[in-house]
Amino acid sequence: MGRFVARRLLQMIPVFLGTTALIFFMVHLLPGDPVAAMWGDKAPDPVQLAALRHQYGFDKPLVGQYLDYMGKLLTGDFGTSPLDGRQVIDKITEALPVTIRLALFAFAIEIVLGIGIGLFAGLRRGKAFDKGALVFTLLLISIPVPVLGYIFQTIFATNLKWVTPTVQDSNDLTQLVLPALVLGSLSLAYVARLTRTSIAENIKADYVRTAVAKGLPRRKVIGTHLLRNSMIPVITFLGTDLGALMGGAIVTEGIFNVKGVGNALYHAINLKDGATVSGFVAFLVLVYLAAGLIVDLLYAVLDPRIRYA
Amino acid sequence: MPDLTEKKTAGKIPAQATVAVAAKPEKPRSLGSDAWHDLIRKPIFVISALLILLLIVIAIAPGLFTSVDPRAGDLRNHYLTKPDYTHFFGADWFGYDLQGRSIYARVIYGARASVVVGICVTVGVTILGGITGMLAGYFGGWIDTIISRITDIFFGIPLLLGALVILNAFTSRTVWSVVFALVALGWTQMTRVMRGSVITIKQSDFVTAAKALGAGTGRIMFKHILPNAVAPVIVVATIALGGYIATEATLSFLGIGLQDPTISWGIDINSAQKVIRTAPFALFFPAGMLSLTVLAFIMLGDAVRDALDPKLR
Repeated sequence: MGRFVARRLLQMIPVFLGTTALIFFMVHLLPGDPVAAMWGDKAPDPVQLAALRHQYGFDKPLVGQYLDYMGKLLTGDFGTSPLDGRQVIDKITEALPVTIRLALFAFAIEIVLGIGIGLFAGLRRGKAFDKGALVFTLLLISIPVPVLGYIFQTIFATNLKWVTPTVQDSNDLTQLVLPALVLGSLSLAYVARLTRTSIAENIKADYVRTAVAKGLPRRKVIGTHLLRNSMIPVITFLGTDLGALMGGAIVTEGIFNVKGVGNALYHAINLKDGATVSGFVAFLVLVYLAAGLIVDLLYAVLDPRIRYA
Repeated sequence: MPDLTEKKTAGKIPAQATVAVAAKPEKPRSLGSDAWHDLIRKPIFVISALLILLLIVIAIAPGLFTSVDPRAGDLRNHYLTKPDYTHFFGADWFGYDLQGRSIYARVIYGARASVVVGICVTVGVTILGGITGMLAGYFGGWIDTIISRITDIFFGIPLLLGALVILNAFTSRTVWSVVFALVALGWTQMTRVMRGSVITIKQSDFVTAAKALGAGTGRIMFKHILPNAVAPVIVVATIALGGYIATEATLSFLGIGLQDPTISWGIDINSAQKVIRTAPFALFFPAGMLSLTVLAFIMLGDAVRDALDPKLR
């Protein structure tokens, strides 16, 4: 177990370096100069411009900038935004709690509703509930997130007035219900479909027949035998999805005015604030990689045949 | 994760072989024609295929469906002009948008961008991912290591986020810049599928037999392995197509995808959100067409998967 984790952690290093390098070069090859942008439409003063460029290290070649950046990153310094002079790590810690709350909320909705719908549909394969679930998930997958966001906003906030149309206080969980539902809906459909396929496949397995034959109660057959064995593809999906939820909430956060990571990133990209974008993405990649590791470890918990020596 | 996909494909291939042989003992059908026979009997496949055919016709020749210029704005027909649902195919069938342009004409002309992006991105990622996956799976060793690590790197970047960064580098964006960004970020998915599929097929007896008969590397790869390994790639590609169309619309919605002279449902959804209370129809029609298009491609993908993957039946 310990060796497996160590090996996986070592494998993460080149991936982390590669991904951050890719994003760093993409961001810094963008046309536009963040320092010159400080003057707005006015022509920048050449002396001040040179001084500021030197202060932020923009006068070095790109590879040198990258090496500097990685060196600082290793000591936990995510850099400083040239636009407002703030530490990028401060921006991350400010936006992160909101996004974590939103992502975990959406994640919980996905797990409970997705696995629930998938389980019942898989158990009643070909019946009305199964067909209904297939149509429902198909609709959820087909409706793009911005459209779904406005549909929910119009129905639940504007017409029914159950919640406020946009989030006033991102710390208030009840206000996050609607954005979390929109954010989780696409993955909910995938989770439900994966669970259904997996359950329908495993229900014919020998171990289920054995469990039924030895007289176990139905709840136990489904709970400890069938569901547990069917979870591996679902867990794989959920693992990659948690990373996507953290960074991919741009649209949802925009529609519902949630001040999270997606919102901050979107503004940073529009303002060509390379330091902030690179910092946020580096952080998100770490989250993504950690989620992948946790998924691999969960395999062993779910399926005792998988052992990490 | 690679272990899982391999296990899945490993179980799939022999199952297909036995099904194809057992179904018609007198005249064995290939996997392709077997799948085709299944498909044309499926109402879901027929409906989605007809829908897609209609969409492609709309995309090629939008002039057949409306004679109204989608870019001609007449401010007298301001967005408060409600749709006249009795005017089938007329300029005011779906009402007018903020600048007095016919929403019906815009919905029709918007199909082209979505269809082009969806198909070109899918073809692009399939070719790029197919080649890299074939090389990695067939040769193994250091080629496999390099390609697999590169796919790992790309997997760490969420699609929407990466596309935002790439597209920001273009000062004026066309359909092709969006295609470029999505292909650049999406090909690794196909590489993984193809690689797993090639690795299982590579160990089959017929490959060993071909080698023993002295077939060259190119011949084994394209004549023997490719036809047998391509099914999972086709399945993933068809399902992904709908997703690419949705991503293009989302990017255009965020203002970072297509730009104004190009007509895109995503742009129209974005401009309609400001008037959602007074003119909900301005949002409803482009959004409805977009959802219908994505739905058609996903249903097609589902049907193709069922036909090519007998294990799920």
